[in-house]
Amino acid sequence: MSEISPHIETQNLCAYYGSTQALEDVSIIIPRNQITMIIGPSGCGKTTLLKCLNRFIELEENARVEGKVLIDGENIYSPYVEVTEVRKKSGLLAQRPYPLPMSIFDNVAYGMRIHRLRPRHEIEQAVRHYLQVAGLWEEVKDRLHAPASQLSIGQQQRLCLARGLAVQPEIILGDEPTSALDPISARHIEKRLVELKERYTIVLVSHILRQARRLADYVIFMYMGKVIEAGIAQQVLSAPQHEKTQAYISGEF
Amino acid sequence: MKWKWQYLEEKFIQFLMLISFGLILASLLAILFTILSKGLPSLTWAMVSQTPKGGFYLGKEGGILNAIIGSLYLALGGTLIALLFAFPLALLLNVYLSKTVWADWVRFSLDILWGIPSIVYGAFGFTIMIFLGWRASLLGGILTLALLEFPIMTRAMDEVIRRVPPDLSRAAYALGSTDLETAFFVVTRQILPGVATAVLLAFGRGIGDAASVLFTAGYTDRIPDSLFSPAASLPLAVFFQLGTPFPEVQQRAYSAALILTVIVLGVSLLSRWLSHFLDRYSIQ
Repeated sequence: MSEISPHIETQNLCAYYGSTQALEDVSIIIPRNQITMIIGPSGCGKTTLLKCLNRFIELEENARVEGKVLIDGENIYSPYVEVTEVRKKSGLLAQRPYPLPMSIFDNVAYGMRIHRLRPRHEIEQAVRHYLQVAGLWEEVKDRLHAPASQLSIGQQQRLCLARGLAVQPEIILGDEPTSALDPISARHIEKRLVELKERYTIVLVSHILRQARRLADYVIFMYMGKVIEAGIAQQVLSAPQHEKTQAYISGEF
Repeated sequence: MKWKWQYLEEKFIQFLMLISFGLILASLLAILFTILSKGLPSLTWAMVSQTPKGGFYLGKEGGILNAIIGSLYLALGGTLIALLFAFPLALLLNVYLSKTVWADWVRFSLDILWGIPSIVYGAFGFTIMIFLGWRASLLGGILTLALLEFPIMTRAMDEVIRRVPPDLSRAAYALGSTDLETAFFVVTRQILPGVATAVLLAFGRGIGDAASVLFTAGYTDRIPDSLFSPAASLPLAVFFQLGTPFPEVQQRAYSAALILTVIVLGVSLLSRWLSHFLDRYSIQ
């Protein structure tokens, strides 16, 4: 078994929405260049945990976070850290893809433009590159300047992937990124994610166990706001230690 | 039998809806018919290409070019100034103040302003102008119209921005956008069709308003040559000409009304076309 090199680490992470506690004392590591999947029943805090990793939790009303999230050893909740820098480090795939209200080309170029990542004349090349990485280039190369809203939902999700990669993140976060897609589009996204883990650390929330079996290298099982069990996917999914995990994996809830 | 009642209910409600639709359509047609039948006969080329000559209000030669140009100046200026304030305020309300009580208070104030009769704006503008020592002028009219249009435009834009899906701004935040970048590059792009509609709605309201320009812009037979000269307007052209005892002058009032209606109609069509055109990029 290879040594786990942590990319993201949380220390005693607690999250609250008003007076309800959504995360309780979560201390986990997320290994570099692997696919980590957060699994558990609905309402267990999977999405909340994911939102803590790019400070999206701050966009919720009355949300409050305690504890630390370290990315490459740096606490992203430190007052010296700029929130836009944190978010730039991770590409986000939401449940339902939301392209920006502009053309396909501009969707991918947007991030590079606002962060001034590339000189103007390189943007065209870069857009092509990221669309290829996301597996969308062939389908859109003749209509780059058409509105992104005209794409099918599966294509939109791949566009969101390309758009996220274009800001040169280290991490890809996915909140059930295939749940709104048809099976073929879902496979497409899964295939891309497996290819991308060589270069990115990927964290996915999923409630589909079969998907976790297909994709996960590392699994975090949550229940009622707590992490019950975390470890290498094969071990957790085939020989869970904790009785709650056993019950979940055998389909009891 | 129960299904029969439901069927009757359905038919009855449909019937009521048809009646309301018919009433609206009939009023529109009746108005159009009135101004067309009374206004068309006296709508000559001279009406739209000349200013009033001596004795115009007694039925002699001339046209209402002064009022057409004056109205366009007034409404364009007022709309432009209102836009300068309405758009930033609408963005501010939704991007920066969205979760505060301030937003509610601002919306409440705007709704009150919207409800204030335009003659009150006129009187208010007039008071300010007296205080500043201005006489009735194009600028006074423009500023008063801007005041009148501002709440309409802001609230119309506000409603459009409120309908932006929160996940859309989140998509921008996820890419590391600041609030400002999100507001200007993403939210603005999404709401552009709605903004176009709001602007043209306010323009239509502004160009048709008589009471607010009565004291502030005054009325003149000449085309205004500076911001400080008085300006005529179409609604007042209708008003003054209808008030004369001469039938031929009264008929010209209807052709002025016809011109005003055509302008407003054109603006509505433009706004439909524009928002349809801009809508292609918006995310549903």
